[in-house]
Amino acid sequence: MSESTGLGAVGLLSRRRVVDQALTVTLSVVMAGTLALLLWVLGYVGVEGLKYLGPEFLTQTPPGNAADAGGGFLNGIIGSTIMVGIATVIAVPIGVGTAIYVQEYAGPGAGTARFLTDVLVGIPSIVTGAFVYAIWVVHFGFSGIAGGLALGLVMTPLIVRTSEEMLRLVSRDLREASLAMGIGRARTIVSVVLPTASSGLITGVMLAVARAMGETAPLLLTALGNDLFIETNPTKRMSSLSLQIFGNAITGYRTAQARAWAGALTLIALVLIFTLIARLVGRRSAIAGR
Amino acid sequence: MAATTLSADVPPSLTRPRGGRRADRAFRALTALAAALVIVSLVAMALFLVDEALPSMRHYNPVSFLTSTRWAPSEAVAGSSSVNPYGIVQFIYGTLLTSFMAMVLAVPVAIGVALYITEMAPAIIRRPLSYLVDLLAAIPSVVYGFWGVFALIPALKPVGAFLADTLGHVPLLGAAFSGPFFGYSYFAAGVVLAIMILPIITAICREVFAVAPSDEKDAALALGATRWEMLRMAVLPRSRSGIVGASILGMGRAIGETIAVTMVIGNSVLAITTSILGQGSTMASVIVNEFTEANQPFHLDSLFVVALWLLALSLVVNVAGKAVVSRTSRDIA
Repeated sequence: MSESTGLGAVGLLSRRRVVDQALTVTLSVVMAGTLALLLWVLGYVGVEGLKYLGPEFLTQTPPGNAADAGGGFLNGIIGSTIMVGIATVIAVPIGVGTAIYVQEYAGPGAGTARFLTDVLVGIPSIVTGAFVYAIWVVHFGFSGIAGGLALGLVMTPLIVRTSEEMLRLVSRDLREASLAMGIGRARTIVSVVLPTASSGLITGVMLAVARAMGETAPLLLTALGNDLFIETNPTKRMSSLSLQIFGNAITGYRTAQARAWAGALTLIALVLIFTLIARLVGRRSAIAGR
Repeated sequence: MAATTLSADVPPSLTRPRGGRRADRAFRALTALAAALVIVSLVAMALFLVDEALPSMRHYNPVSFLTSTRWAPSEAVAGSSSVNPYGIVQFIYGTLLTSFMAMVLAVPVAIGVALYITEMAPAIIRRPLSYLVDLLAAIPSVVYGFWGVFALIPALKPVGAFLADTLGHVPLLGAAFSGPFFGYSYFAAGVVLAIMILPIITAICREVFAVAPSDEKDAALALGATRWEMLRMAVLPRSRSGIVGASILGMGRAIGETIAVTMVIGNSVLAITTSILGQGSTMASVIVNEFTEANQPFHLDSLFVVALWLLALSLVVNVAGKAVVSRTSRDIA
């Protein structure tokens, strides 16, 4: 790389080379170490999870006694689906709507909304859970709706942020062309801007969904969990995959831990699938998602 | 703008300016409502937490939470307003200690990884490498906790024992590293948190390094600088505040992490454990541990006091980090 000779002493030059080599080695080691770490986590969960993951795990509820072997997390998988579904229904319109207001209209308060979105992204999800407990659970009890609400609060700022970024990437020319044809602002946004940004928007939503699926702490304060049977009524307390992993992992029973590992593998697989789809959709994006 | 001048092919919906204008206004109002909801949610969050915490803060002196390191709900008595049994300093200590440890461990690695990806890796593998590092952020907290208990803690045991044997006997420093080490500890929590915030810090550092002007990098190389010299002279100086901001934001994330920490920190609530090898609690972990079982007088209200301080702490740290990072990008732009 550096073939500079100049008048520098050979010793100095070689010292510089050595420092540079050291940097190369150090950075490579750090990079390799990080990848090894990823492999360690995924590999460990994979190996432990595959020991029990199977049809029974995916189609059964846990045994009444945590010490018993067998059973699965079907109720948690269903609960996660319902609560993340509720959260998505809440978060997507609010998130994309806020992004449109901030980015397309830039009306009064847009700066405040943008700033507070950034603040909301950083708020601990456990605090979000405590908030939903205070506004919902106190009055209506632990429920799937409360869980969905908490997850929705976690997802909304994430969606605002990515959507805003995606809307910003839409070319100004497209908007002006549409407006110049006498098409209204709203119609321009709905028929021109949003379709152009659609794959980027979907990427953002999917990443938020992946995040919500793994959340545990806010659900402990809102949905509480329900290990006994399949609950599809969102006004009742409800389990989730993450809650069941937590609940089974902290028991001292090997049988329960086996279920928890299978659950952890299932959860990771779900999250990775969503992340992967998000990336693939994003790559197809006309405006090159990140 | 008369509709008659448009060709007949134009759908009627586009040639009705009046109705369109009304729809326009309605649409704008809807998006404004969404933005208002976002603003209101944060304000409401603060207000409701205060409201829930109020009974306890009225009953005990609000300052007394911050002057005690002892959390003993069973000593709370409903009627008398004697000594406040709900001291929370040990939780604040635990939160700050674990997230600081995480930052110290993660930042050098994150800088290295970000430099490798932006400056050393062949162009075709840059994107895949970034994705792989980002995957670390996709793994759920509860999985990290579970993995931490069964895979990480056994691996940390020799490290902890070594620290206790060596640094633990150094006169002043010893208190921070004294054993015995049982695995569940601030240390284990710090390491798990470091892994969790590594991808976050890396992502920001990557962006910061990427905006270093390539002219100056090329100029340095053209003058015969080695890659290290180029990085030191053209990239790192401009990135300093970006790195600082990234570190603060990473710490902000660590402050709020709950489940993974709860699973590996040991959850002792009665006092500050000075040794990082000892067991403790964080603000987030005590909330999640006791929330649904809070049955003592003012117990739940006091957990809301903890939540309130946690909210305040994370707000301060995140806003500070954000401010530093955005100042960097303005400098560069």
